[in-house]
Amino acid sequence: MSHLLELHDVTKTFGAVAALAGAEIVLDSGTIHALVGENGAGKSTLVKIIGGLHGRDGGDFLLDGESVDFRSTADAKHHGIAVIYQEPTLFPDFTVAENIFAGRQPYTRFGTIDRAEMRRATRELTERLGIVIDPDRDARGLSIADQQVIEIAKAISLNAKVLIMDEPTAALSGVEVERLMGIARQLRDEGKGIIFISHRFDEVFALCSTITVMRDGQHIATSLIADVTVDVIIRQMVGRSVENLFPKEEVAIGDVVLDVEHLTRAGVFEDVSFQVRAGEIVCLAGLVGAGRSEIARAVFGVDSYESGAVTLGGVAVPRHRPSAAMALGMGFVPEDRRKQGLAMTAGVQSNITLAIRNQVAKYGFLTSKLEQGPAEHWARRLQVKTRALDTHAGMLSGGNQQKVVLAKWLATNPKLLIIDEPTRGIDVGTKSEVHRLISELAGTGVAVLMISSELPEVLGMADRVLIVREGRLTANISRADATAERVMYAATHAAGEEVAK
Amino acid sequence: MTIRQATDAAVAAPTVSGRKRSVWEWIFQARELSLIVVIVALIVVTTVTQPQYLFSDGGVRDLLRTPALYIALAVGEAIVIISRNIDLSVGSVLGLTAYFCGNMFHTMPAVPIPVVVLLSLIFGAILGSVNGLLVAFLRVPALVITLGTLYSYRGISVLWIGGNFIRPDWVPKEFKEFSLTTFLGVPKLLIVALIVVLIAAWFMSSRRTGRDLYAIGSNPEAAVLYGMRTKWLALIPFVISGTLAGLAGVIYVSIYATGDSKVGTGFELQAIAAAVVGGVAVIGGSGRIGGVALGAFFLATLTTALPVLSIPSLWQQAVVGVLIVGAITLDRVFFLIRQRRARKELSA
Repeated sequence: MSHLLELHDVTKTFGAVAALAGAEIVLDSGTIHALVGENGAGKSTLVKIIGGLHGRDGGDFLLDGESVDFRSTADAKHHGIAVIYQEPTLFPDFTVAENIFAGRQPYTRFGTIDRAEMRRATRELTERLGIVIDPDRDARGLSIADQQVIEIAKAISLNAKVLIMDEPTAALSGVEVERLMGIARQLRDEGKGIIFISHRFDEVFALCSTITVMRDGQHIATSLIADVTVDVIIRQMVGRSVENLFPKEEVAIGDVVLDVEHLTRAGVFEDVSFQVRAGEIVCLAGLVGAGRSEIARAVFGVDSYESGAVTLGGVAVPRHRPSAAMALGMGFVPEDRRKQGLAMTAGVQSNITLAIRNQVAKYGFLTSKLEQGPAEHWARRLQVKTRALDTHAGMLSGGNQQKVVLAKWLATNPKLLIIDEPTRGIDVGTKSEVHRLISELAGTGVAVLMISSELPEVLGMADRVLIVREGRLTANISRADATAERVMYAATHAAGEEVAK
Repeated sequence: MTIRQATDAAVAAPTVSGRKRSVWEWIFQARELSLIVVIVALIVVTTVTQPQYLFSDGGVRDLLRTPALYIALAVGEAIVIISRNIDLSVGSVLGLTAYFCGNMFHTMPAVPIPVVVLLSLIFGAILGSVNGLLVAFLRVPALVITLGTLYSYRGISVLWIGGNFIRPDWVPKEFKEFSLTTFLGVPKLLIVALIVVLIAAWFMSSRRTGRDLYAIGSNPEAAVLYGMRTKWLALIPFVISGTLAGLAGVIYVSIYATGDSKVGTGFELQAIAAAVVGGVAVIGGSGRIGGVALGAFFLATLTTALPVLSIPSLWQQAVVGVLIVGAITLDRVFFLIRQRRARKELSA
């Protein structure tokens, strides 16, 4: 008998980056199959290929034993595949009922949409899932849990035989998770095949019968849940060498530069306290969505917070005022440099001097000539590879763009630099160069607060690792104690370690 | 490690129910209702001040006839806006089709009137589909494309018409009379416009394609994930808008029986204004055709009533401006209130 869904040796590259290099998953009807891996291991890309959003570059894709090749999401849907994304995508202006039936609303015999039938079918579906939801309510403002239920109801009404849940529980509360798991079991018992992606091992072990581990776009192992333990899985997820990374050089740690006390923003992060000292690199680690970037943004003042205090070099930093934070000596290299870090259609030179325009300007006028000096200095120091200083920042490679953003902040002579995902989307060669720069920077006495989803980077660079889990700091691991397993364990387990300060 | 036990009892936990809207919210939300009230008030006030506004020869007829043109234009524009695009070229399309229609009466008098009308509509549809194809398949923002065609269609008008103009004697008598005659006391032109409104409203609310247009306006990314053919869907509103601008051009010829190369200049802004005042959100995804028709009717009435009330023409534009800003602000306020309430519900 053939399997419900089979993918073997699937490859996919985006530009020069190989997202998948030999991915594999085999799903059977009436089972729940866990798919786990670090951030960026290629799970989401694999899901998008199954869901018809991306085409694959190579490999086999069989559905019920027959080779398939989806050209669109509609195609995949037609073959009975439904994907429930972490952030459901509904139409906010439509009612619950119409969201379920969008694009295939039932008609009356007069050729108009049969709203009564749509309502009735929606009630039937939601009742079957054991929940109460008004079919006539607008989708706008629904909780993520309810939106997911609507997505599931949609999948059922489409008669999907394969359901893929991409981190469905990441944004849910405990009760909501229970409800979702109950629905998943019910669907399993009805004979559907479910792929369940999650970072929470307790859920995986409670729900799934089989588990596939991915790492760096590759299939690592598939085991029966009964045969493995969390430790084995974590080892499979992280097991790779750290050699090609530039380790942080030893630096004398100085006085406290950044002091964050009891920072709270309801529903985002809670009671966050930590310090960063001169010359120290502190890394916020945790899962995507745990609240790491949000904490950093609040410290810099991009977002506001409700209570708590931030002081820099003994001076209180006013909340929600990035200009004040900058004046006090803070710099912020954001996660998405294309959208938040650079003026893409401006030259390298103007980007580098962007944060020091006031110092550079003479009598209130800023000329290209005045900008040139500092721009040249920093471009040379950071070895930005560009043909000319007026080349648009958008034309540079990712690594060089990141260097330009770093140069912009270094030019301000900061006391503290916050760097969110320093090497995302940067090729391996330039990666170590960026690491060397950050390390040198710490060597000159700058305090660095870094956020990274890449474990080797965290382990290689950080003097201390702070684990953020569901908006709270749950562990403080020093460099000597930081191992991949330990960090991963703390990031995925509620009761991993006590809060250490 | 603790493994959470999922029990069936916990499964049936949270519920979401429809929230009752307050009476005030309902009144303001039902844009159609408030527009009808305002239109009636406007007519009453104007008539009380200057009775000949309504009770002169053809007073009622003029009151009901003029909006037909704006309604046709605004309905097309609204459908484009609902799908999260915009059509700035409708005024120019109106001008071109008006001359196309008038010129055809003149040069090919043998062609029956309905055929001329039909060809004018097709001409408008072609002009609209140029916009649509460029927007849908080149993925250039509609604002830029239709700004370009606004000028280029107008340029074609000027090249083609030059110093010429539609002469009243070109237009067949029956066609001019059509705009003056009534059916059961209602001007036939308004009936034409109402038929357009009914068909458009039915299409937008009760056909899958119409709902899909709301869907791509509401959340374009989701529309892709739903497997909708978003490119073809993006094309449709521009074809409709072009056709209805063509209809407006034909109506123009019927009413005025004249016109030079500048006919329709600036009408695109009136069309957008009517759509917005009628309750269409400029970011797409919401709004009803009935509201748009009332919005157009209201603006047309306003432009005829204000001079009668001897309000200087300078003020007329300001009044229209205030109404647009007011309508949008009101929408935004209610949106924020709804959002805040939804958040409270969530955290509760």
